[in-house]
Amino acid sequence: MDGEPTGFELGGVRFGSRLILGTGGAANLHVLEQAIRASGTELVTLALRRVEAVPGRSGGLLDLIDRCGVRLLPNTAGCYTAGEAVKVARLARDAFDTDWIKLEVIGDERTLLPDGVELLRAAEELVDDGFTVLPYTSDDPVLARRLADVGCAAVMPAGAPIGSGLGINNPHHIRLIRQHVDVPVILDAGIGTASDAALAMELGCDAVLLASAVTRAADPVAMATAMRYAIEAGRLAHGAGRIPRRFHALASTPHEGRPDL
Amino acid sequence: MELTVNGVERSVRDGVTVAELVRDVSGQERGVAVAVNGEVVPRTGWPATALCGGDQVEVLSAAQGG
Repeated sequence: MDGEPTGFELGGVRFGSRLILGTGGAANLHVLEQAIRASGTELVTLALRRVEAVPGRSGGLLDLIDRCGVRLLPNTAGCYTAGEAVKVARLARDAFDTDWIKLEVIGDERTLLPDGVELLRAAEELVDDGFTVLPYTSDDPVLARRLADVGCAAVMPAGAPIGSGLGINNPHHIRLIRQHVDVPVILDAGIGTASDAALAMELGCDAVLLASAVTRAADPVAMATAMRYAIEAGRLAHGAGRIPRRFHALASTPHEGRPDL
Repeated sequence: MELTVNGVERSVRDGVTVAELVRDVSGQERGVAVAVNGEVVPRTGWPATALCGGDQVEVLSAAQGG
């Protein structure tokens, strides 16, 4: 999409950082704020839940997001049908004055992998309703193209199940998705450590969305910093043109001019 | 009259509006969204929307989430 090492465009907005940080899983708001600042992110996700289920009420989280000067991206986490997800998206639009939505429609509670049929249905309805739809999808290149075709502003394939930290299970499919669609590809879910994020960028992804890898790390602030650099490094490497893989060695020191000893 | 608010029975005075219920339940309006019987009630409609006995009300707000 974009050869520059820093910055990309999403939903008509220019972002300097290619890292989108999920706020789920942080031990407390203080750590979360430090992690957001260390990561350099400009876009963070949040969820909608019953008021009494939010410790300390939600004002603290919204104040924190304001203080950090980042945009917010509500999600539809926990929805299992298109109908439910569409309603949560509309509630989020009313609560947060944004028509951006990270669309999640889960198909299986053990893997939390998306239900492609419900996801596509919800995406279509929300695009028609004027939303900027960012769907969390599987690593299926055909489904990714269908989501882009109905007008999603990006596609966000899972590298591995949410919170699993397994990295990118099918790098080839991620690369295929990048070739299949004209919208930004954001690797979402599965990232465990910095090298996973770097790999996503080397595969050609435009950005990475991660939460648990930072918020549940032993030192979230250090991991947020690591992710920031990994994503920049991966993007640079992607543009730099890696050497081809070879079966045998290729000496980097010339053979000619060796002394005869 | 009786309502179900976030899954729990709650006694309120007859004709209470969504705006009044949100003030009671949440103590804040920022970042709050309301659904009544599964339908979104936009913020601008809260003061004029009177609730009826038996209504199922969801009062939601921002939470940490990926």
